[in-house]
Amino acid sequence: LEMFSYILPTVIPLKIERQEFVPFLLNFLREQSCSTLTHGPATPAKTPSHPRVSQPSQQGPGFSSEHRGGCRSTGPGTGPRSASRVQLFSSTPSLSPGAEWDTSQPPSGSHCLGGISALSSPSFSSARSPAPASTSRHTPSERRSTQRHHHRRSEGGGRKGRGGGANKMGDPAVSPPMAQMTTLVQLNLTNLEDFPPMGVSLHTKPSRRINPTPVSAERPHSRPKTCFTSTPFSTRPSSPPPVPEAVTGAIEGSITGTLNMGSPPLSLQEERELLKRVKCKRAQQVGSPLPTSLDPCTPTKPGLRTVSGSKMTPVTLGSCPDPSKVTLTSELDLLADLYCTCISENLVPNVFLELFFVLQLLTSRTPAVTEEEDKDLNVLERGYLSKVHNCVYFSVRVLENQFELVSHLDKDTLRLLAENERVTCFSPSLRNRLTLAQDPSTAKVSPSVDTFIHSVPFQPATDNRSNFSSDKAFHTFKKQRDIFYEVLREWEDFHKEPRWEFEAELGNRVRGMVSQLNSTGNHSHFARLFLKQLVQMCKGPRALGSPGDTPDADLLGMLGADSLGRLKRLEERLIQPQGILGPCPPPAFPGHQEFFRDFLKTASCCQLNQHLKDSLCQQLLQLDEVSVLAPVVSSTEGEGDMEQQDEKQRFSSVLLLARLLAKFLGYISFLPYQTSERPSREIQEATANLRSKVLYMSVLDVCAVLRSCVRRRRTILTVPWLVEFLSMLDFTGPFLLCYRTVLGLLLSLYRCVLLSLSFSFFREVCYLNQLLMVAVLGWLFQIPVIPEELFFTTDFAVAVELEESQTNVQGLDCLPLVDQQLLYTCCPFLGEFRKLLAAFVAGSSARGGGLIRKITPTSAELRGTPTTTRSQQKRQVDLEQAFFHNQPPSLRRTVEFVAERVGSNCVKHMKVTLVCELVRGGERLLREGLISPGANPLILNDSICAQLCDGGQEALERATRYTWFRLCSLLTMLNMRCLSRQVLTTSENITKRLATEKAYSWLSSNITALVKREWKTKFDRVMKSLPSPEAVTSCPPDCPHSAPLPSDVLVEIKEVLSIAVGPRSEKEALTCLQLNALLGKVGDTLSCKKVPQAFVTLVLINMCFILLQ
Amino acid sequence: MKLSRAEYKEIVKCTEHLRPTRQCMTILRQRFPNHSQSTLLSIFSLEYQKRTKRTMSRHQAPDSIESYYQRYLNEAKARPSVPVLLELANEVDLSPALMARVIVDRFLQDQEGGVSSKQVLNNMLREPSLIPDQALANHVYQCTINDCCYGPLVDCIKHAIGQEAEVLLRDKLKERNLSFLDENQLRTKGYDKTPDIILEVPIAVEGHIVHWIESKASFGDDHSHRTYLNEQFWSYWNRFGPGLVIYWHGFIGELDSQRDRGILLKDCFPSDIVTLCHGTSPATTDSLTG
Repeated sequence: LEMFSYILPTVIPLKIERQEFVPFLLNFLREQSCSTLTHGPATPAKTPSHPRVSQPSQQGPGFSSEHRGGCRSTGPGTGPRSASRVQLFSSTPSLSPGAEWDTSQPPSGSHCLGGISALSSPSFSSARSPAPASTSRHTPSERRSTQRHHHRRSEGGGRKGRGGGANKMGDPAVSPPMAQMTTLVQLNLTNLEDFPPMGVSLHTKPSRRINPTPVSAERPHSRPKTCFTSTPFSTRPSSPPPVPEAVTGAIEGSITGTLNMGSPPLSLQEERELLKRVKCKRAQQVGSPLPTSLDPCTPTKPGLRTVSGSKMTPVTLGSCPDPSKVTLTSELDLLADLYCTCISENLVPNVFLELFFVLQLLTSRTPAVTEEEDKDLNVLERGYLSKVHNCVYFSVRVLENQFELVSHLDKDTLRLLAENERVTCFSPSLRNRLTLAQDPSTAKVSPSVDTFIHSVPFQPATDNRSNFSSDKAFHTFKKQRDIFYEVLREWEDFHKEPRWEFEAELGNRVRGMVSQLNSTGNHSHFARLFLKQLVQMCKGPRALGSPGDTPDADLLGMLGADSLGRLKRLEERLIQPQGILGPCPPPAFPGHQEFFRDFLKTASCCQLNQHLKDSLCQQLLQLDEVSVLAPVVSSTEGEGDMEQQDEKQRFSSVLLLARLLAKFLGYISFLPYQTSERPSREIQEATANLRSKVLYMSVLDVCAVLRSCVRRRRTILTVPWLVEFLSMLDFTGPFLLCYRTVLGLLLSLYRCVLLSLSFSFFREVCYLNQLLMVAVLGWLFQIPVIPEELFFTTDFAVAVELEESQTNVQGLDCLPLVDQQLLYTCCPFLGEFRKLLAAFVAGSSARGGGLIRKITPTSAELRGTPTTTRSQQKRQVDLEQAFFHNQPPSLRRTVEFVAERVGSNCVKHMKVTLVCELVRGGERLLREGLISPGANPLILNDSICAQLCDGGQEALERATRYTWFRLCSLLTMLNMRCLSRQVLTTSENITKRLATEKAYSWLSSNITALVKREWKTKFDRVMKSLPSPEAVTSCPPDCPHSAPLPSDVLVEIKEVLSIAVGPRSEKEALTCLQLNALLGKVGDTLSCKKVPQAFVTLVLINMCFILLQ
Repeated sequence: MKLSRAEYKEIVKCTEHLRPTRQCMTILRQRFPNHSQSTLLSIFSLEYQKRTKRTMSRHQAPDSIESYYQRYLNEAKARPSVPVLLELANEVDLSPALMARVIVDRFLQDQEGGVSSKQVLNNMLREPSLIPDQALANHVYQCTINDCCYGPLVDCIKHAIGQEAEVLLRDKLKERNLSFLDENQLRTKGYDKTPDIILEVPIAVEGHIVHWIESKASFGDDHSHRTYLNEQFWSYWNRFGPGLVIYWHGFIGELDSQRDRGILLKDCFPSDIVTLCHGTSPATTDSLTG
């Protein structure tokens, strides 16, 4: 435990809170490895223990210069490293956001919000730096170093404190990320002029949170946070370049670092020269280890204590870590244990981020340059992870420890891990376990073809004229529907083109249409159309993937299903090498979602938004209530499996849909408050204040929803969509009481969902449920709008509340609902592991993975129905309610569904049978009546209509007979098992009653109108066809329907006539034979009534008449 | 018959100087013996309609009307046995049937100071014997009977062709045992846009899903297809999903470019049809009666 006392001199004695310790540890690890990892997976590391030398290229000038200045002021006594240390501990308690959070005063908290800039010192910062506490005494032996340390810290802390404070207010650049601080010494190399600000976008520091980078501050939303939260080493968060480029970029840094350490600063030119060479090497390196010609990179310093050989094989070392060269093993073990505990206990803000970090360590490529180990180095300053051997060792340790977590990753990732030679080399047993773990891992699902993207079908029930207030509204909406799709199609065609902008190209059309909405009040109709289309296009898992994952539907159509798989793989291969975004991408609107978002933004119509919100909210809450059956473990396994599959699918379809809707609800709700930049603290305070007054107007009572789902143990459904909703928050949002509370609750929840919990049941059954929760929550805590301080500072009182409320209600949380497919669909960023590993293999094994999966959503299905033979007629409603109360919800669903269908079919049946019969009878009466001389059609009409309406009353009686008959046969077919006979009987009776009632009530109020309408149609038709009423209907009995087509005969007659009438040439003459033949055709045509020809007949007869003349 | 755009343009070019008469149609047929008469007539008719739209206002200017009328009166008097009205129409390049309409309209203005209704006018064109002036009646009849692009007879023929095409389509569907709703049924249900046919169970034609079928008894050229797309086909797609358009008289092959988007063009009833194998077609209302 020496390590502990070294590392955390103050922790043990003072019982430092874990929230202070954890960030410290995380920061420590990142800083430790920063030299090895700075460049992300494929990058060579920089010189060890000259941390961040390379930063210059990635940092804004102002920034680093500032720091340097600051550091210098520490005086000669402070070495570079000490400076960095100082940074680490620098944040002062007063700055700690934690405190602010605790006060729960949004205003004060808001000043920490600084966003990413706030992260800077503080984020980790929120954990107060151990330094201040370090006044306590250490063991004598340690004292000296501690004091020294301490001294530095306080110096740095003070400086930083000031600087940090200032930063938060305004200029983020002022706040130096720790990384920057560490570069002090290398200033010369990192000269700003040499490495101009472009670097800003490249920012890559490992310890994000801890080291807030100015970069991220500048564009908080446009990219993943580059703070600690985001990929620890993600090279270029903004636009991940193909790996090779990243490598070269990294090299720049590493070279400078290397140079630095060994020799005096090179001239800029020399450096460039070097760079070029290195780039070349790197380019070749893919297949083979770098040639040793990389001389400049070789460590110049001899003092590699343990690994003296390493300096001799500089480059190859990077790719060939050697277990025998690991130093500081026991310390590394300790660190790994500590780290694993943090992960297992969910003490880290994002478990997957840590896993990613670990994999980065595993795949780091360092030219293995080691600085000489200085024995007097402070414990904290030793380079535990400065060598690739150590990194890999540490990483493998952690992977072994966290095997359970790792083993739940997708098959491809596991394969890549198992095939990773470093794993093999450092821990054959881990390799074996990984190999074994691939089998149970869900088989790779080959992407299935997207079903053709359909429009929202026109449904007479909701879309015909009777649903609109006026003809005008109806016809306007007809046009609006068409415009909407026109816009959508145009977007599909063009949005990927370079300078295409939604607003510019479609803005006017969209607004024109929306203004028509306003004038006709069709908002609800349009909102329904909009949402249905949204759901149709974006619900599928594929639609959730990144845009690049969605092949053109057109293309798919052309290729057909067969070639699709190949296409997909090819595409993945092409896409693969590209950027590794890290496991915390900012919220996005992939694929078609972008269209809907842009549409809303452009339409900017508050009425429409309100309708959408209403509808989204309602649908969401409905989805949230969806009941999912516990998969029954039935004796017949096959069947149980199928049911389980059904329920799983149903669940995932509900979950994906809810997430989609929630995201849009969030988007619309927070749209009015969105700002492209994080507002200043003052503005934020004012806004928060203002908005806190109207919070009761919040669309969704998030706290209530969350509390209720926890109470009912349905978090696995609710939390993922709530997270989507909250991810749309504006910058001020998190400081409003309700959102702050809900974030706190979520945080507590996160802490509760321990993956390592050893409840055997829970673990077996629901590990993936928990994994999903951990993944989405971890992601939420890392997105830009959520203040970083949140994680380490929120007080834990709420946790108690959550835990207490957990009762033993059987809820969704303990059903095995999540599978790997769903997990990856909801968290596509989990695919980053695979990409990282694949990139490590530098293309050779970067194969397409099975991350994009298709889940065929299924709608609610009948889960069996009561069968019965007998019935009882009526039951009182409350008895029914009581009956259902203790039955599984599916029973009620089934009964209601069947009753609804049978009832509605009954109505249709009446239309087709009774009403048709009546109308036919009426037609007979009408025709008979018309024959009699002097008949008045109108009078006839009235009297017949009255008779028919009387006849219609019979419908009620017939409907009753019908439903009963129908249900008897229907329910016999639907077999609902495991219900007692009594229950079945009762259900059946209820079904019958409901069905009859439904049919009865509709018929009794509508049958007359229906009969009248049908009769009117028939009457009109009869009257229209009167001239030759019989002709329309019948051909001669043996008509072969082979008569010439009327149009042909007409054309022929016309020809003949025009010859007859002239002018004609001399050759054109008509013979009697021709005329006779033609007349014969006319006769045939007229006698065959297959083609309706009332009009034609008249013309024909007319023409023949003329012809004969 | 599917034409390439080049072929189509050649035909169009050839029609440019033709008049809509029997004789001109003969010329066209001889020039393009490999194309069916209906295709040629349809293309010519569409082209001629475009030409008419461009020039109609000129012919309907009051002074034009007056001058036509006077020329007709003079010449009819001078050469009673000659088809003067038809010749006049051809000379000024106005469709004979339209010329007849202009003249009858003008003629009626002189009758009993009568402002004649459109109805009366139409009846007279359809039934020239109703025209009080026997000579005029003959000339009018000569015009309408010889015109192959306009006039009551042509309208009647077009109407018949359209209906025949729909009947043919329905026959084919029934032959294949595909159940469908026709326009009238759809209208009764309150659909705001109604293709000729909606299939109750979608089919795949040449690999493309088809929910609806629209029958067009005309040639599909750029202009008409664009108009149909905007006013009908996309609207159908917007409501019913992808579908099929049959241009019975052919179309420009290049226009069939929206297949993957959900609009498929054919010039006949498709032969490559795939239906659901286990066609559990949804219980129609009819089946309930059983």
